[in-house]
Amino acid sequence: MKVIEAHDLTKRFGNFTAVDAITFEVEKGEIFGFLGANGAGKTTAMRMLCGLSKPTSGIGKVAGFDIQKDPENIKKNIGYMSQKFALYEDLKVWENLRLFGGIYGVPAKEINPRIDSLLHTLGFTAEKNTMVKSLPLGWKQKLAFSAAIFHEPRIVFLDEPTGGVDPAARRQFWELIYDAADRGITVFVTTHYMDEAEYCDRVSIMVDGRIDALDSPTNLKEKYNVRSMDEVFFQLARGAKAKE
Amino acid sequence: MKAITVQDIKRNYGKVEALKGLSFEVEKGEIFGIIGPDGAGKTTLFRILTTLLLADSGTAIVDGNDVVKEYKEIRKKVGYMPGRFSLYQDLSVEENLKVFASIFNTTIEENYHLVKDIYQQIEPFKTRRAGALSGGMKQKLALSCALIHEPVVLFLDEPTTGVDPVSRKELWTMLKKLQNQGITILVSTPYMDEANLCDRIALIQDGAFMKIDTPENIVAAYDQELWAVKSDDMSKLLKDLRANPGVKSCFAFGDTHHITVGKIIPSALETYLKEKGHSDIRITPIKAGIEDCFMELSEAS
Repeated sequence: MKVIEAHDLTKRFGNFTAVDAITFEVEKGEIFGFLGANGAGKTTAMRMLCGLSKPTSGIGKVAGFDIQKDPENIKKNIGYMSQKFALYEDLKVWENLRLFGGIYGVPAKEINPRIDSLLHTLGFTAEKNTMVKSLPLGWKQKLAFSAAIFHEPRIVFLDEPTGGVDPAARRQFWELIYDAADRGITVFVTTHYMDEAEYCDRVSIMVDGRIDALDSPTNLKEKYNVRSMDEVFFQLARGAKAKE
Repeated sequence: MKAITVQDIKRNYGKVEALKGLSFEVEKGEIFGIIGPDGAGKTTLFRILTTLLLADSGTAIVDGNDVVKEYKEIRKKVGYMPGRFSLYQDLSVEENLKVFASIFNTTIEENYHLVKDIYQQIEPFKTRRAGALSGGMKQKLALSCALIHEPVVLFLDEPTTGVDPVSRKELWTMLKKLQNQGITILVSTPYMDEANLCDRIALIQDGAFMKIDTPENIVAAYDQELWAVKSDDMSKLLKDLRANPGVKSCFAFGDTHHITVGKIIPSALETYLKEKGHSDIRITPIKAGIEDCFMELSEAS
């Protein structure tokens, strides 16, 4: 089943084309890596898919809803997390989860049991009453991810979720991503760590507003005859940089 | 004389020990990397060395001057690029550079040779407001502003955070050029793969250095048996490897999992994985990278 469908999706700002007729589909439960250089159009494309920005032209469907006509339903059916904004620092661990649950319409009587079971799974029950600001960054990120999927959305969008996180915590974070995907949540993720591109089922690489490559990491490496995703990225993004 | 000498620097924020007694030296003309995650204390260290923050105890000397008693001297001759973009957003590219040049009693013309390679790339946009630049261009402008007074030591706090791999490589090429002009560079980064581009590095975690050495020596000192393992089901492989008593640690590393092992041989592990239903199994003994070392050291501490 397709959870994201984009067909010739385009966004122009004045005479600048930020996203240039991108076409792709993402399956349910897939981990989809959305890569590209700074300024390639990733954020603009992601904002359209989240129902936050109207496309200039083209068609997009997310969780079965049209991004032009029904952005409000999209917002209810997705989760979002970025490195920049994730949690309220001045709220306790459980208060953050309570807030996210309430905002996304999780039935009131389900919220508390869900918080307890989630904290138990994370091995985090002892920190239930801890202020988020006093948690280590690695833990904040894991908690932020859990908050973003607290309402069991169809899709979760992750915008550079692991920037600056220590190596062990970064890997633990990806194990949470795997678990979510195993439960059927589709994961749409951007990253600048090319080793993380290897953890995705499929990866797209945006260059100058277009999707110039889209395949599994194994197939991309084979196609470009290189050993790592780092090298695939370089071959594609270097051309765009030359023009900057 | 060393470019930087730091002895037992400590700094607390309330009850939080941000720096727990750091000591190190940086040679003249060296690129020295402070490598570690967010919250490790990198920015606190940079702010102390650039005289913007006082340490609770310890001493630091930059280019022969004490950071407390002779802070004015240091401010004249070091360049600092903070992690957060801190130029004047409402001034144009050229105006920002002019401001920094005149604060330091110089002109763009006088020191153009220093910033030429970098500044030329943004010069076509010199009338654009700094706030309206792309991330990559902002970074180039910030570096130009940090360089315009010909600093003897350049402090770069996370210049590559959030920057894509191509732009990161470009920045490191620029740093090598600056090093060739005799500038000492202290640079911090959370990206472990950038460690190899430094002459020496300090691995930092929780306000303490775990190791200071050349990247080559750090990798050579890694004392675990390390294997890269692959199979047809990488997600299940992670769990199965961890369940094997011969496996000490197991982490995903791109398209393989890296494991440290105790008393087990590859053929025995392969048999075990086959029994667990894996196919296309590949087990290869490998040399550690900096990231393996960082994880091993932080596990030990």
